[in-house]
Amino acid sequence: MSFLTGFFAVFFYVATFIFIAFTGYKIVQYVRTPAPLKIPAMPAPLTQGGVVVRLIKEVVLFYSLFRSNKWIWLFGWVFHFSLFLVLLRHFRYFLDLSNPIWFWVPLIQPFGKYASFTMIIGLTGLLIRRIYVERHKYISSPSDYLHLILLLFIAFSGCMMTFVVHTDIVQLKAFIQGAITFGLTSTGWQPIPASPILFLHLTAVFLLMIVFPFSKLLHAPGVFFSPTRNQVDNAREKRHIAPWAAKLDATRQP
Amino acid sequence: MAAPKVIAPEFREYPVIPIIKVDAMKGNGPFIAAPQYQQPLNFPSELVDNWQEKAIEKMGDLLSRYRSFQVYMDSCVKCGACTDKCHYFIGTNDPKNMPVARQDLLRSVYRRYFTLAGKYFPKLVGARDLDEDVLNEWYNYFHQCSQCRRCSVFCPYGIDTAEVSMAAREIMDSIGKGQKYCNEIIAKVFKIGNNLGLPEPALRDTLEGLEEDIEDTTGVAVRLPLDEKGVDILLVTPSADFFVEPHVDGLMGYAKVFHESGVSWTLSSYASEGANFGMFIGSYENMQKIALRIRKAALDLGVKRIVFGECGHAWRVAYSFLNTLAGPFDFLDPNYPVPQHICEFTYNLIQEGKLNFDKSKNDDMVLTFHDSCNVARATRMGDKPGGQMEIPRAVIKAVCNHYYDMPKDTIGDQTFCCGGGGGLLTDDLMPLRVKGALPRMEALKQVVDEHQVTHLAAICAICKTQFAKVLPYYGFSMDQIVSVHQLVSNAIILTGQETDDDE
Repeated sequence: MSFLTGFFAVFFYVATFIFIAFTGYKIVQYVRTPAPLKIPAMPAPLTQGGVVVRLIKEVVLFYSLFRSNKWIWLFGWVFHFSLFLVLLRHFRYFLDLSNPIWFWVPLIQPFGKYASFTMIIGLTGLLIRRIYVERHKYISSPSDYLHLILLLFIAFSGCMMTFVVHTDIVQLKAFIQGAITFGLTSTGWQPIPASPILFLHLTAVFLLMIVFPFSKLLHAPGVFFSPTRNQVDNAREKRHIAPWAAKLDATRQP
Repeated sequence: MAAPKVIAPEFREYPVIPIIKVDAMKGNGPFIAAPQYQQPLNFPSELVDNWQEKAIEKMGDLLSRYRSFQVYMDSCVKCGACTDKCHYFIGTNDPKNMPVARQDLLRSVYRRYFTLAGKYFPKLVGARDLDEDVLNEWYNYFHQCSQCRRCSVFCPYGIDTAEVSMAAREIMDSIGKGQKYCNEIIAKVFKIGNNLGLPEPALRDTLEGLEEDIEDTTGVAVRLPLDEKGVDILLVTPSADFFVEPHVDGLMGYAKVFHESGVSWTLSSYASEGANFGMFIGSYENMQKIALRIRKAALDLGVKRIVFGECGHAWRVAYSFLNTLAGPFDFLDPNYPVPQHICEFTYNLIQEGKLNFDKSKNDDMVLTFHDSCNVARATRMGDKPGGQMEIPRAVIKAVCNHYYDMPKDTIGDQTFCCGGGGGLLTDDLMPLRVKGALPRMEALKQVVDEHQVTHLAAICAICKTQFAKVLPYYGFSMDQIVSVHQLVSNAIILTGQETDDDE
């Protein structure tokens, strides 16, 4: 195994471990932290089913952001939806496409391919706003710019490999298959294709995964745990009580 | 001690992108609570010696007890969606009044002490040590938030600055830096039973005076009972309703509606206050203690139902928190929601055709309705989402001939705070209150110009007091704010009432 193959395999393991373990830790923390009071932003759904619809509207359409600011919505939504398509496109490196249940992965390839352009457009729009809109500039820390730049770098390097400097993706898939099976299958470890732009792309992606659980990227799990969005409006009908608050009940008067 | 003259900001001719003016509202914040107002709330009398350590400890405690606080500290991406949504930012242009910047005052400290990134790369992620400057900034700017939740409506993650400012105030209280206005009032509630410090004999006197007023004008003996046992309904209302204009006209309206409905009711001298300032300071324990007075009053008086008067924040605590804080209310009549809002009560009677009105009695007014922030964004009325917007309007339209809404993006769940909510209704914050009212005053100006609107109706004691005070700064007059049940009171025809027109 070459040094680079080993390096990227280890980098991949470390990044994946940090991403899963620490994001998982945060999710467990969100689940375990009680919400002692009913604080849904009203008007709110009266049923759990209604809450699911509300969250889907938020996560898929960015409904509240749409109401707030059309430009941020446009760039933000375009970026996120493009990222979603691009991620789906990358499934092909991890899956056995001869299995018919993955029939849709080849089908979305062209969409994922061109989504890299819209991803760059969305991110650039967000970056320009952050630099030139006075209010946004005021609230931005260096890390806010760096997140955008890192994502732009990922999108740009990926786009380059798709359209300009092609990488040997058959070899890449072989490398990834070897890595995700820890080299235990009959084909064993396969070398990573020697492509500098691929190395940069992967490095940026792994950095993003490592940064994820320690940064504002936690908005991805966070949106599902926001009490103003995920609570049912039924305070009068059903008594809502957190465990720590229930303990106060025992000593209260009357 | 002449206060510096407060000048209202100019109406903006077109919706413009707000320009930021750094440090426009820099200052020391409202008066700090003296020891005698801290102690009854179980807070240290003054700033404790190891306040930094204690503040961080308290922050950790709140992070573990409130999912909202924990998730909101982590989730903000600084997208900027909220930056132009706060009425205090619109009115003052101080960038620290942008919701995200206000949250960041606390978030920067959270990052420093509770996250890996902030511990090792503070500059990179905008993390700060908690020092005296930061504490002073907290005190100043977390008392420039009225916890109206408008920003949370527009946040893609529903981040609610009210939750953050409540946490900040709780942290400051816990280290001995409380706000005088809120804590003095809570101490008064514990001692006397209401925010205005009105004792039982004075209250009884006031109510008798109101009974005489109603009899003088209508010829009908309408009662305003106090501490009557075994009646159907306990009415809990903000104490301002007992003698402040236009609140008291609303109280007479409730009395007339109860009278016509035929149900028996009472006020309680023990729980003679609907408002719960424990919410403003984010203190669950104090909020619960205040809420339990209502449970005790309901038990002692043996009532079957609880109805709340016109009070925005009271209705939030009542609708959303009362069951949690002081429930279960299984000793009350299960056929009625606990608690009910007076507007729901009146609305139901109107639907059943049990009230008679002469709408022309309000013909001297052209009305609009100010959705109080806490009612609109933190509660409901009736059994459908949005009832909190529809029911008060339906009541107004049932008793008035002339009604127009203000622009869509300033009402409903996008309503602007009056500028005095969330514990800021104090004279030492007058410049802030005047500036914070700007967006509402602009919306009012628009319907005044387009539809010749003459009066603004509201269902919140704070809104009414605030508008009575700030309307003159914008070229209106203080009596242009009215209670919704004042309109009901004007139009209702009581059974047996002598009417002046022949029919």
